[in-house]
Amino acid sequence: MNTKTFVTGLVISFLLLSCGGKEEKKETFNVDRKKSTETIAETPEPNNEVPASQRITLEDKGVGQIKEITLDPVINMEMAAAGEAIFKTNCTACHKLDKRFIGPSPKGILERRSPEWIMNMILDPKLMTEQDRCAKDLLIEFNGAAMANQNLTVEETRSILEYFRTL
Amino acid sequence: MKKYNYFISALMVSALLLTSCGNQNGNGGSNSALASNNAEKVYVAPGEQDEFYAFMSGGYSGNITVYGLPSGRLFKEIPVFSQFPTSGYGYSEETKPMLNTSFGFVPWDDAHHPDISQTNGELDGRWIFINGNNTPRIARVSLSTFETEEIIELPNSAGNHSSSFITENTEYVVAGTRFSVPVPQRDMPINEYKGNFKGALSFISIAPDTGRLNLDFQMMMPGFNYDLSHPGRGKSHGWFFFTTYNTEEANSLMEVNSSQNDKDFIAAVNWKMIAEYVKNGGGTKMATEYAHNVYDEHTHSATSTMKKEVITVDPTKVPGAVFFLPTPKSPHGCDVDPSGQYIIGNGKLSADLTIHSFDKMIAAIEGKKFDGEAYGIPILKFEDVLAGTVKSGGLGPLHTEFDDKGNAYTTFFISSEVVKWKLGTWEVLDRQPTFYSVGHLMIPGGNSRKPFGKYVVAMNKITKDRYLPTGPEMEHSAQLYDISGDKMELIYDFPTHGEPHYAAGIPAELLAPKSKKIYRLDDNKHPFAVTSPDQAKVVREGKEVHVYMSTIRSHFTPDNIEGIKVGDKVYFHITNHEQDFDVPHGFAMIGQNTSELLIMPGQTKTSLWEPKKVGVWPFYCTDFCSALHQEMQGYVRVSPADSDVPLTYTLGE
Repeated sequence: MNTKTFVTGLVISFLLLSCGGKEEKKETFNVDRKKSTETIAETPEPNNEVPASQRITLEDKGVGQIKEITLDPVINMEMAAAGEAIFKTNCTACHKLDKRFIGPSPKGILERRSPEWIMNMILDPKLMTEQDRCAKDLLIEFNGAAMANQNLTVEETRSILEYFRTL
Repeated sequence: MKKYNYFISALMVSALLLTSCGNQNGNGGSNSALASNNAEKVYVAPGEQDEFYAFMSGGYSGNITVYGLPSGRLFKEIPVFSQFPTSGYGYSEETKPMLNTSFGFVPWDDAHHPDISQTNGELDGRWIFINGNNTPRIARVSLSTFETEEIIELPNSAGNHSSSFITENTEYVVAGTRFSVPVPQRDMPINEYKGNFKGALSFISIAPDTGRLNLDFQMMMPGFNYDLSHPGRGKSHGWFFFTTYNTEEANSLMEVNSSQNDKDFIAAVNWKMIAEYVKNGGGTKMATEYAHNVYDEHTHSATSTMKKEVITVDPTKVPGAVFFLPTPKSPHGCDVDPSGQYIIGNGKLSADLTIHSFDKMIAAIEGKKFDGEAYGIPILKFEDVLAGTVKSGGLGPLHTEFDDKGNAYTTFFISSEVVKWKLGTWEVLDRQPTFYSVGHLMIPGGNSRKPFGKYVVAMNKITKDRYLPTGPEMEHSAQLYDISGDKMELIYDFPTHGEPHYAAGIPAELLAPKSKKIYRLDDNKHPFAVTSPDQAKVVREGKEVHVYMSTIRSHFTPDNIEGIKVGDKVYFHITNHEQDFDVPHGFAMIGQNTSELLIMPGQTKTSLWEPKKVGVWPFYCTDFCSALHQEMQGYVRVSPADSDVPLTYTLGE
């Protein structure tokens, strides 16, 4: 456990530093800091994996109560509208459509993740980040900002999924 | 490999420790808790939960503390009559009205006697009530949110002590005055007390669905001190019993002058008869002033209304409704057994307990066997109503609770002990010392028709050497006794907060399943709530600025605000967008002349800040909410009063 925490810590520090490396604003005080972070940013990644946010894991259904979902080829617009309203209230503090914010944008998520994975992630983010590899990597990629469990029902979650199909 | 090493070392250390403990026990006294199985009785293993909730009054803390039994672990302090910076209660704009009174804002009180709502005389766990003794008030606390929902002030009352006790279907919460006062209040010589002062007994009705309180009527009794009370139950349901002292009506050097009479009274009040009388238009409307403060769970806000009128009842106008039962030596506790047959008066200057019989009282009333009257109220003959006397040998009996096997347990303040005795035979079965000077005791359900007689908690007034010393001021001590066997067994000591006078206990299974976990965001009706972050905004109305802010792990929306000026009144209305159990966010602003806010998931709270200095001032979340909690902060730019910096608010720009 201790070793694990330590490694996680190392990885997080590494990511934080590399984030710093991407910083573009050059302000007087930041010059020095940028230099030092650049050197570290040049160090190769521990593995050559694609960042979790860009990985395509359509076979992965995630961990949780949603085992199998069949999507109707036609999008249910009524359900999507309900999902949009729930998304707006419960999710937009962290997820924006037009940009990466606290978490990723849901745009195009169905090209990368399975419907089951998406619903499991919304329904029990804690379980997912503990047991699902991709969710775990996303947590690290997104700065350790754990996704909040908004206590949504399966039906509400399903309608958010339908809304994601319209994006 | 390393892990195994640790594990083995841990095993060896525990083995060593266990062994040495065993040795010590062998050498030491046999009455230590470890020597018997008492340690097991109070041990609630990590991750396990307690059997009972215990709600203890905080006395001069003005609040209620919630403990687990048998572990004695403190779960929560519920702010009731006192400002509570931990959550912002009484500081936030929403909760300031809760502490409003006819005397203005009173941020403190002396909370004495909690009582849990009942149905058919059994605990139902909907609400808990408690009295404010100093500036007479009664509060109702929800047992699903564990928040104070309502406070009603009591006019014409002073030293609101014989309260708050509820009738067996939660029809009324009853509150008698300990100090009699002129009614209405007026400028008059103190030494004209006798015959002129009145003792108000307040009957506050409770709406069965909402719990809403209404001061239905006040009985204007003779100017005695109404000390404690309890409702009749079962056969005596419909009656209420109040102990009195100072029937001498002394107004000075009370510790001598109000202890002259050999007997004072227990006042028996047929409240059903009086309620009926009032319902039919009886009583006198009297102009007065009292605050009625109500907190709404959906708007997360309280409102205070000043009421202007109360119905008073002259007991002599309702014949057959009020009688006095002579009871020796300044009786303090007034307790009714689960069957409703016995009314126990504990003469605090006596060694004995006086037990009156309800059946005998009714017979005496029907036979009109009176022994004179006091201010027109018939006095029954002591011998006619007496069921028995417990000759205990103790000194200074105060309070009695009951188990479910026909036994009663009485505290003795002067001789520091709990005495167990048998109802009906009045025989003393057991006695155990307390440490020290016990006041009330509590058995879960011990003042209802259905006690859960497994534990008794004794609440002591003096702590002295029970714990490591903490300077002259120490927390009071409670003692837990196992009463499941024939003899009481002292099994645990634990410190309590403030001065718990009385407590109310209830099995955990009756409360825990309905304890609320979050407030639903879609139920939030707060006028300044933002239910999605795109509604966050900052609005200026003259010198008032309203910040509509939302929070979620781990940022505020907005987190940069400019265009605030010195001299503004800035209201931060903060909505917590979390919908997960136990994820509050806090809010604190540098230099703010008020407390922080602690905002529960789905809740909105408001904090007022009046910036006095030009600068860029940070605010932050005070509750460690996530791995990125330290990042949960923002800035407000404060410009000079005449500045024209435009009002802006941003996040991530």
